[in-house]
Amino acid sequence: MQKRFAMAAMLAASFGAHAADNSELAAIRAQIDDMKRAYEQRIAALEQKLSQAEAKSAVAPAPVVAAPAAAERRPAAASSASGFNPEVSLILQGQYKNMKDVAERGITGFWPAGGHDHGEGAVEGINKRGFSLNHTELVLAANIDPYWRGQAIIATLDGTAEVEEAWFQSLGLGHGIGLKGGRFRSGIGYLNEQHPHMWDFADAPLMYQAMFGTHGSYAQDGVQFKWLAPTETFVEFGAEIGRGANFPGTDRNKNGSGAAAVFAHVGGEVGVSNSWRAGVSYLTTRAKSRTAHFAGTVDDEVEGLFDGRSQSYIADFVWKWAPNGNPKYQNFKLQTEYFQRREKGDLTCATPDDAGAAVACDGLLSAYRTRQSGWYAQGVYQFTPHWRAGLRYEQLDSGVRDFGDNAAYLLVDSYRPKKASAMIDYSWSEFSRVRLQYAQDKSMLGITDNQVTVQYIMSLGAHGAHKF
Amino acid sequence: MKRILFSLFALLAANVAQADLRVFATVPEWGALAREIGGDKVQVYSATNAFQDPHRIEAKPSLLAQARQAGLVVAVGADLEIGWLPLVLRDSGNAAIQPGRPGYFEAAAQVNRLDIPAVVDRAHGDVHAAGNPHIHLDPRNVLKVAEKLVARMAELDAANATAYQAGHAAFASKWQAAMARWEKEAAPLKGLPVLVHHQSFAYLSHWLGLKELGSLEPKPGIEPSSGQLSALLAQQQRQPARLVLRTAYQQEGPSQWIAGKTGMPAVLLPYTVGGTPEAKDLFGLFDDTIQRLLKGAR
Repeated sequence: MQKRFAMAAMLAASFGAHAADNSELAAIRAQIDDMKRAYEQRIAALEQKLSQAEAKSAVAPAPVVAAPAAAERRPAAASSASGFNPEVSLILQGQYKNMKDVAERGITGFWPAGGHDHGEGAVEGINKRGFSLNHTELVLAANIDPYWRGQAIIATLDGTAEVEEAWFQSLGLGHGIGLKGGRFRSGIGYLNEQHPHMWDFADAPLMYQAMFGTHGSYAQDGVQFKWLAPTETFVEFGAEIGRGANFPGTDRNKNGSGAAAVFAHVGGEVGVSNSWRAGVSYLTTRAKSRTAHFAGTVDDEVEGLFDGRSQSYIADFVWKWAPNGNPKYQNFKLQTEYFQRREKGDLTCATPDDAGAAVACDGLLSAYRTRQSGWYAQGVYQFTPHWRAGLRYEQLDSGVRDFGDNAAYLLVDSYRPKKASAMIDYSWSEFSRVRLQYAQDKSMLGITDNQVTVQYIMSLGAHGAHKF
Repeated sequence: MKRILFSLFALLAANVAQADLRVFATVPEWGALAREIGGDKVQVYSATNAFQDPHRIEAKPSLLAQARQAGLVVAVGADLEIGWLPLVLRDSGNAAIQPGRPGYFEAAAQVNRLDIPAVVDRAHGDVHAAGNPHIHLDPRNVLKVAEKLVARMAELDAANATAYQAGHAAFASKWQAAMARWEKEAAPLKGLPVLVHHQSFAYLSHWLGLKELGSLEPKPGIEPSSGQLSALLAQQQRQPARLVLRTAYQQEGPSQWIAGKTGMPAVLLPYTVGGTPEAKDLFGLFDDTIQRLLKGAR
């Protein structure tokens, strides 16, 4: 420290030399000489001490208990390129599921996100019967340099590898600003950013399946801007723009952005044992020729194409409790979300590809307007370090569905899908978990599906850090 | 002269440094140390208390809000906070406290660590490749960390550098005196055979010469199992331990069980500042730890 002062002094002295009169200069010189002398004395004293110590240790070989060899600080890992390997982790997830064989699995009263109420495009919702493997997720992450961090999540399943997320994130912008770019799960809602291995139940809530389809989350290619306020209470704002290719929007070969989202979060603690977060989010995007198959009134099946705007509003709330704020042994988590979606535009009737003849309403263009909503609430209680149990209840409302002139040809169901789930899971460690879930699913009109799922989630590799 | 130079330097630094340094400590012990050094010049926030396992807490919103405003993060490191701190730092939008910057300080990196595993494999439990992170229960480590921490604090907040150095000097001399006292008081504990709940006391044992015969956890981070407890019971016949030790944030059940079966006392040690009413600061922490050990060994 003193050395630095001396340097600063010398610098100051050299800058000020022209202005300073000779007497001042002389004084500074004298002071520097003083310091130099003082330093020389101290160095000499230290050298003397050192030689004494050396002599001593030569006589009596270290009487102090030497730290065990293992305690030696290791030299930095071998200086090869492998030292720069990213953090790698792999999520193994699979299940056994018992449920009804329903040909047209979907959510009655809601636009099927995959375009089709059945077959490959149906709301997947992890809906294979019997034994199956879920996505196997490979996560690679590392700091790119002091300014950026990158992460990619590759999900693989039988011959397909999908880039679930691939983004970079700012580290050094400061002022509470966070910037993210690439493909990422949107910051809207609470569950949206969480990957399936972090879910407390074996499947996504109906609300997320109805809103975003197969993945139970909204992801897009784009940029995200976040700002954390400098306050004692957690207050965060975020905005995103992106391609908007995913349901409820569609890919639309265009310049500019295809979807925009904004969200705000507040959170804090109540006493030492409780913490909470609440948020509101808004997503707007557009769809062009978004296709879905409908049951018809005249024909068995007709195709509908939607062109227009889709707006989603989400409110979310999470409350976590742990005795003394130590969640290791016991904790409780209450989580609830509500959404409302409004869509407005045109609906065009068309003939399905596999139909024998043109349908009655083929080419009929009409107005299309919907206003739908839903919610879920769940509580999960960890009662010992290994065991957790949880309940979830959810309900959707098909709400207003105005199909204009096409209403005469398309079957417009009005329905309130419901589902109740109970789960219990066991974790051997932070890295392995097995779960038993029972659900009574009334998401399809006239069907009560009692589902039993046994699921495992194993993570190997780098120790992940999970969001609140 | 020194004072003139200093004020000159301070003047240069005044634009970047704030009057008060906001310290975000991940654990109470390093928060307490920052307070010893910084006195009223620092504002210290501790992310955890003595009743929370620092390895298992979550990236709570309150932590993000605090990290956002911190000028210095004092972490333990050695992977102890790996489940939440990296996320808190990245999402804080605070450039100053990112690893590699002066505003990020790791205590475990300043000392020689024990129990560095030869093989890093989770088959051995939640092992830390960088060694045992519970370094603060060897007071010599506290001294080493203090020396590095004061330099860092002075670098970040040059305006108060002299105050920090004075605070450190006062602390260090008081600490050295206390260490001599503790070592004298704890002399009868040398060679005392003990069981531990988790490897939380490795540095304490190393310092005082306690002999750890086993841990209630079969592997680090894996909860005590009945198999492990009965194995320890069998071992007790051949190689009796005198005490079973745990921290304030570990469950008392397993050590009470062992204590009930063997008749040896189950001793709760404060482990960190605030762990017991007596452990009000770092000095109280060691005073009380040694008193409790002596009482248990009587």
